[in-house]
Amino acid sequence: MPPTKLAATALAVLLAITPAFASNSDTVAFSQEDGKHFTVDGTPTFYVAEDGTVDWYTFSGFRRYHSECHVCHGPDGMGSTYAPPLKDAVMALDYWEFIGVVAAGIQNVDASHENVMPSFGLNKNVMCYVDDIWIYLRARGAGAIDRGRPAKRADRPESFAEHERACMGG
Amino acid sequence: MKKLIAGLLAGVAMAGMAAANDSVLSLQSNPNGWVLQTGDYANTRYSRLSQINRENVGQLQVAWTFSTGVLRGHEGGPLVVGDTMFIHTPFPNKVYALDLNNEGKILWKYEPRQDPEVIPVMCCDTVNRGPAYADGKIFLHQADTTVVALDAKSGRVVWSAVNGDPSKGETNTATVLPVKDKIIVGISGGEFGVQGHVTAYDINTGERLWRAYSTGPDEQTLMDPERTTHLGRPVGKDSGTATWEGDQWKIGGGTTWGWYSYDPITNLFYYGTGNPSTWNPAQRPGDNRWSMTIFARDADTGVAKWVYQMTPHDEWDYDGVNEMILVDQEIDGQMRHLLVHFDRNGLAYTMDRVSGELLLADKYDRAVNWTTGVDMDPNSPTYGRPAVVEAFSTRAGGEDVNTTGICPAALGTKDQQPAAFSPRTGLFYVPTNHVCMDYEPFRVSYTAGQPYVGATLSMYPAPNSHGGMGNFIAWDATKGEFAWIIPEEFSVWSGALATAGDVVFYGTLEGFLKAVDAETGEKLYQFKTPSGIIGNVMTYSHRGKQYVAVYSGVGGWAGIGLAAGLVNPNDGLGAVGGYASLSDYTALGGQLTVFTLPN
Repeated sequence: MPPTKLAATALAVLLAITPAFASNSDTVAFSQEDGKHFTVDGTPTFYVAEDGTVDWYTFSGFRRYHSECHVCHGPDGMGSTYAPPLKDAVMALDYWEFIGVVAAGIQNVDASHENVMPSFGLNKNVMCYVDDIWIYLRARGAGAIDRGRPAKRADRPESFAEHERACMGG
Repeated sequence: MKKLIAGLLAGVAMAGMAAANDSVLSLQSNPNGWVLQTGDYANTRYSRLSQINRENVGQLQVAWTFSTGVLRGHEGGPLVVGDTMFIHTPFPNKVYALDLNNEGKILWKYEPRQDPEVIPVMCCDTVNRGPAYADGKIFLHQADTTVVALDAKSGRVVWSAVNGDPSKGETNTATVLPVKDKIIVGISGGEFGVQGHVTAYDINTGERLWRAYSTGPDEQTLMDPERTTHLGRPVGKDSGTATWEGDQWKIGGGTTWGWYSYDPITNLFYYGTGNPSTWNPAQRPGDNRWSMTIFARDADTGVAKWVYQMTPHDEWDYDGVNEMILVDQEIDGQMRHLLVHFDRNGLAYTMDRVSGELLLADKYDRAVNWTTGVDMDPNSPTYGRPAVVEAFSTRAGGEDVNTTGICPAALGTKDQQPAAFSPRTGLFYVPTNHVCMDYEPFRVSYTAGQPYVGATLSMYPAPNSHGGMGNFIAWDATKGEFAWIIPEEFSVWSGALATAGDVVFYGTLEGFLKAVDAETGEKLYQFKTPSGIIGNVMTYSHRGKQYVAVYSGVGGWAGIGLAAGLVNPNDGLGAVGGYASLSDYTALGGQLTVFTLPN
């Protein structure tokens, strides 16, 4: 799916949902589809095995976060002197709100604020991996993984590679 | 030797009167003021004032303070011309003129209207390294790349020009260089695939006179295939495209956001270019000329006289933009016109600034490990190239492979925070980082105006060292040796100041202004200012009294990486959170603090 369409869909969904949609504290993996995990309500989530091995998407999200997001939001989702810690922000947002913010950006500028986040809706390096980034940050926010690079990870699922080719190439 | 240098400095000033900008030259020779961000054209950050000296600096106290009203990272420093101090802020890039005769009362204030969309396109905070003064005007290069000339008496806009396109990721953080009848400016945006350039504007009208790109064909790079040299040899035709694959040079980076120096005798100005983009080296095979390069260009025409590429085919984001300090010192018994440059890549270069000959290239942090050193044999086919250690080559590791334990980290052994030079000791005083990294490159696609990075980084304090993330060092550039090293808990992200009082000043990220003995490094004074210091210390004299001034206001690259502290992923779980967090020491806040001795 081209990223523009993805972002547009996300925004449409964002506008359609009601604020009291669901509790966002649920991060428990309920189902799994080719290495990608979902909560009971179908939201993408992380999975950390007992020996500390993280699912591929958490690892992929770690990489993409530290390429695209950390120059403002700091290492490991910890925040910087001027941008909020996303590991906490994602625990206060639901999935669609998160997608909406990433796609549309934020402008909060007045006498005492200069919070401006660009719109990433057209950026394939972000939008093709937005689920991965969400999953990684939720794992950080829930305390399921520590700071730094996950030491052990699951292999890359074939469906991920297919999605990547289609999304980045399209 | 000391006398000789003083004589030479005087010689520079006089010989240059006809050539360089007269107002800048006469003002930089007057130690009571501070006319350029760099103190002088040579970028020495040295002051001949000596009322505050190593005997009495311990009694220093705060004379007055001023809040800038802006949060975020405050880089650069104040200017003083006559009885007026000019200070500036990060975005929205306010400028204040303060009356030193009237307790710092605001004479005028300039606040441009800039599109806030510029904020997120600026890679690493909305810093600005300040204006410059010449010919009765203040010249400022704003975040949105508008270059403005302000009347120094009234703050009125005399002219303005647009230097770049923020929607393509072109922004500005740097100061400007006034030379003769021109204002020379650079550009930021290496993380957005910008094709770097320097541009000259008419000092009186703002008319664009020439532009020289870092990459591209000769008519864009303003290089002469026969006369422009690289380590003494002609660069050849279209050298700015010859080492790139396809059209990658068009989004090839090589931005020019650092400091500029100027030598009135040779009429050359000097600066360095930034990283080639993307950060994934596999996507840009070749040397990627002329990213990571020291440039010497003619100030009238912009034509390059010589270049030296320090880090061919960068694999670590070691931008070459740090300041080029122009000094005359003796090497092997011979007086040389030197250019000294402390690069992000961890090597300190001593060059002949007239010919571009490489004299020394030595590690100025012992932790540096990505190279075993530079080939110094002029007859070698790899002359001037750093020998890359395979284990720390992210290119050899390849895409999707995490290369670990590379020193220095991407922020370099030193970033833009400028060093100082004292002709009295012959030493350079260098604020440094002591941070290493893991680096994993991967494939990215280019979208205009969007980040174009392509690597994952983890940074942590240099292992097996003092545990801190910085050092403040004294360096002998004629020998390539340390004189002394002061370990610091955090990266030293503040520009240094050396004075004829044999005192060296610098700021720390916790917010301390520190004064040390120029000869021994012994700490003589410290004071905790309201926020972390990433600004540059300056000094001036007013009504017979010497003052030292610095901005506080934590932020910038340092504020991003260090706000939450750094962890070493290789240290295992026990060490997580074990390193100091900057947020335990300081918070945002822009303020000027001015120090002096008690009456």
